[in-house]
Amino acid sequence: MKSADSMNRAPLFLLYLNVLIIASCGLVYELLAGTLASYLLGDSVTQFSLVIGVYLSALGAGAWISRFVDQRLARCFIEVELAVALVGGLSAPVLFLAFSSVGAFRVVLYGIVFAIGALVGLELPLLMRLLKEHLDFEDLVSRVLAFDYLGALFASLLFPMFCVPRLGLVRTSLLCGLLNAAVGLWGTYLLRPLLSSRGLSGLRGRACLVIGLLIVGIIKADSLTTLAEERVLGEPVVHAESTPYQRIVLTQNARGFQLHLNGHLQFNSVDEHRYHEALVHPALSSVKSPRRVLVLGGGDGLAVREILRYPSVESITLVDLDPGMTSLADRFPPLAELSRSSLKERRVTIINEDAFLWVGRVARPESSKGVETDHSHALPEGSGRATQRDDATLFDSAIIDFPDPGTFSVGKLYSTRFYRMLRERLTGDAVISVQCTSPLVAPQSYWCIVKTLEAVGFRVRPYHAAVPSFGEWGFVLASPRPLPETLSLSSELRGPSRFLTDKILNSLFDLPLDLARVEAEVNRLNNQVLVHYYDQEWGSLK
Amino acid sequence: MGIAEVTLTRRELIAILLGSPALLTTGCSTVPHLPPAGELLGQSLEIGHRLRDGFRWPSPDTDQWQDVGVVIVGGGVAGLSAAWRLKQNGCEDFVILELESQPGGTSRSGRCELTPYPWGAHYLPVPLPHNRDLIRLLEEMGCVESLNPDGSPVIAEQFLCRDPDERVFVNGQWIEGLYPSLGASNDDFAQLAAFRQEIDRWTAWRDTAGRRAFSIPIRHSTDDAEVLELDKLSMAEWLRQHEWTSPRLHWLVDYSCRDDYGLTAEQTSAWAGVLYFAARLKEPGADHQPLMTWPHGNGRIIEYLASQADTRLKPGIAVTRINPSHENPNATLEVLAFDTASEQPIGFHAKSVIFAAPQFLAPRLIDGFAERTGRSADPFEYGSWLVANVHLRHRPRESSFPLSWDNVIHDSRSLGYVVATHQSGDDHGPTVLTWYHPLCDDDVKAARQQLLKAKWSDLADVVLTDLEHPHPEIRELVTRLDVFRWGHAMIRPRPGFITSRHRRDAAQPDGRIHFANTDLSGIALFEEAFDHGLRAADEVLVAQNSRPSSLIPCR
Repeated sequence: MKSADSMNRAPLFLLYLNVLIIASCGLVYELLAGTLASYLLGDSVTQFSLVIGVYLSALGAGAWISRFVDQRLARCFIEVELAVALVGGLSAPVLFLAFSSVGAFRVVLYGIVFAIGALVGLELPLLMRLLKEHLDFEDLVSRVLAFDYLGALFASLLFPMFCVPRLGLVRTSLLCGLLNAAVGLWGTYLLRPLLSSRGLSGLRGRACLVIGLLIVGIIKADSLTTLAEERVLGEPVVHAESTPYQRIVLTQNARGFQLHLNGHLQFNSVDEHRYHEALVHPALSSVKSPRRVLVLGGGDGLAVREILRYPSVESITLVDLDPGMTSLADRFPPLAELSRSSLKERRVTIINEDAFLWVGRVARPESSKGVETDHSHALPEGSGRATQRDDATLFDSAIIDFPDPGTFSVGKLYSTRFYRMLRERLTGDAVISVQCTSPLVAPQSYWCIVKTLEAVGFRVRPYHAAVPSFGEWGFVLASPRPLPETLSLSSELRGPSRFLTDKILNSLFDLPLDLARVEAEVNRLNNQVLVHYYDQEWGSLK
Repeated sequence: MGIAEVTLTRRELIAILLGSPALLTTGCSTVPHLPPAGELLGQSLEIGHRLRDGFRWPSPDTDQWQDVGVVIVGGGVAGLSAAWRLKQNGCEDFVILELESQPGGTSRSGRCELTPYPWGAHYLPVPLPHNRDLIRLLEEMGCVESLNPDGSPVIAEQFLCRDPDERVFVNGQWIEGLYPSLGASNDDFAQLAAFRQEIDRWTAWRDTAGRRAFSIPIRHSTDDAEVLELDKLSMAEWLRQHEWTSPRLHWLVDYSCRDDYGLTAEQTSAWAGVLYFAARLKEPGADHQPLMTWPHGNGRIIEYLASQADTRLKPGIAVTRINPSHENPNATLEVLAFDTASEQPIGFHAKSVIFAAPQFLAPRLIDGFAERTGRSADPFEYGSWLVANVHLRHRPRESSFPLSWDNVIHDSRSLGYVVATHQSGDDHGPTVLTWYHPLCDDDVKAARQQLLKAKWSDLADVVLTDLEHPHPEIRELVTRLDVFRWGHAMIRPRPGFITSRHRRDAAQPDGRIHFANTDLSGIALFEEAFDHGLRAADEVLVAQNSRPSSLIPCR
């Protein structure tokens, strides 16, 4: 029992600490993998089930493999520890990098999960065999397993409460890797009596190398994970989901939270009031006692929150493609608070459909020269005779809050065809507003939207507002009738505004010299020039 | 018949149709994952084969005879267009007899809960100002907003193919447009520019009468020998004559020939090949005329024309014999037919017949046709097509240029697919892809027999094997896959056919039987079928002493 003599009680306690760290890190890797898989592939139940299943079976595989290790147990334990540090520590950055290709992502994901599981599965049996010569077996099993499960609890609490909101996924992963590597390096001292001198310095050198690599990773986390969302979005991710239509990510910092759709910032809770007041009030205050309001896009409910401040409004119809977006407040309470649960209001009707199809379908079915055809599957045709309008089905105002026209499927929502169909749904006195990207960054895109509205006969008044999170932002007011020169906020408007006064409202329509009109073509379905402008103007910044 | 009886294995079929010998050794060694539902569709063969084999139907009972002014044989584009013209001129005493249960011929369409989809022709280039009749049809359909001073139509936005219209899958990624520009050398681009310049030269070309070298309908084209010379050589030979060797240019031209004519560049007459490019340019340097399309493809035009013919259109009626009664020029023609629904022979006494079916049926249906006219249908060669509608639960994942209307796979013998929901602006969720494959074999009969013998499962596997190339996960997404085998899909403009006497003579009436079909032009285009329909209707109107709105001379 020579070796036992040289190991006193203190290092044994430290070995239990090792068990705690190993168990915590192992679970964190598993949670990371599950979270990342849910982010990209959606359906978190399936993703977590699969990740947990693969991980647990790999643990078993690792434990089984451990019986084949019969020599140099301590050295093997340290080698395994360093391998976990490397594979686990780099798992999140690697998985983020694999995001671009789904096929590859699955392979990488389950490969990594299995590798980590197998390595962690090796660790505990090796450690128990190391310790069994110093403790009686019953004591050993009870202590090691107790610390193991304690570590799991520790990690499961730490991961959602601290790691994800404060560190983000990439740093969490690298930091756990660092802990594993530190356990490995520490082990070379703690288990010194069980290690042969030969190759010891090499082992320590490798441990230092892994630690160095992970530290560099943490420092360079930003450039290491150029594809990682936290790099792109700049803040820790607090909620993320993939719907069939888009990727919804919420990030949070000390001042507030931010919504990103497919990597594009939609609002920042700090200054969204500027954007939404500027989007809603110029239009709604230009209509005398608006009753029926249409909102296109705007599934976050923030524009609806502003519209609900008009007591005359009897109904709001919100058309947003993605049910995942219009129900987001249910899963992310801070959004419910910010929007004052506006979408739950009795007056609000939510329709989850592509606005192009919805507007086209409810636009008066027309046909030229009395041709009887089935229009339900084709674009509504013609622009023939005026038929009797049922005023109850027409809207007094429309607030258009689509994402920027970065893709063809969004670009169609800024086309002459779309605006023509929309006009069919408006009263003759309706006033609408359209968010239209930054006139400073993308002047051609901005003026293309203005010109497209003009091309279908809308009278327009372009305006802008400074929204710090976005920069200089552009809107346009449009109406089938001439718009007044001077606007004032409706006297009916309830509740305090935080941005607009009558004076500020009118100042929004004074365009500085650097926002002056530029030449642009009209955006039609068959040319989609807007998408090309947008790509050129914003693309040059990326 | 020993050779023809050989049944191909699935692998052999894939190799033959897709031309991927690599697939023989890899990829399809296991049992393929097939769609959960689907069926094999095609033209009615039974009646056609009975005709071919000389079967004689019993005569109709005396109470099964009707008198009618004009019997139109065939409810495709030509027949329906003829009916439209007759009706416009106040002649409503006609019937259209269509063998199939659905009109439209190769412009027919299908429909599911989600969307209509094409089974054949699926677009129409915006007509140039000289094609006034077609512009008038489009005006009636509500597609034209106004006319420009030069007579060219301003087409309502929703009927013009929505951007993005075209992409090609090459070297593992989709790129915008049709020309595989990625990695092209300066020489490739120089040859492309020279090719376009040559096309521009032909676009600008006019004969002494002011006619274009290439015009659609083709009877507006010049008959100048310099231009007709092109019919003597193949499109590929024509490229070589210009010393254009760029593989990218050859691919573009070859694809275009397969797309429009179902022939490779080596098989296509250079006259037809150049026509494809030059006839759809308004002027030199102009863009190709914009395309009009509908979710049901040209099935939308069929729907409109059929609604105009109304109950005069009789689907499910197979014409079995036409007796011209030449002994007595005042006697009516006898048209014998077979009602496939009631399985009863019926008959029509007609003053005139418009034979709007393909030429190859004329000798089989018209009594004494060959002896009287001295014409043969043998020079008319028809290619076969395989078309599939692939219903998807949702769209494949995209990582490069997004899903477009027309999606072309570069390294495939298929033509790729069009997306039925594209034009309706539906960009998410389930959709239907219409996949096209012309059989370009030299031996049309053997290819047709192979196609008609193949099983649904084998053809479905061919379609999916092709689509798997750009969309590896496609098999998981398919909810239904229907396959249509077109035995006689398209007339083939092989060198010499356009300028042949056979083609020119075929449009001449046989007594009071007038002919209308796109094959009379030697190319299969909506505009040609439409034009022949109107011409035949005008001939009938003259013969019956009505006054047609404008007379089209028969060339």
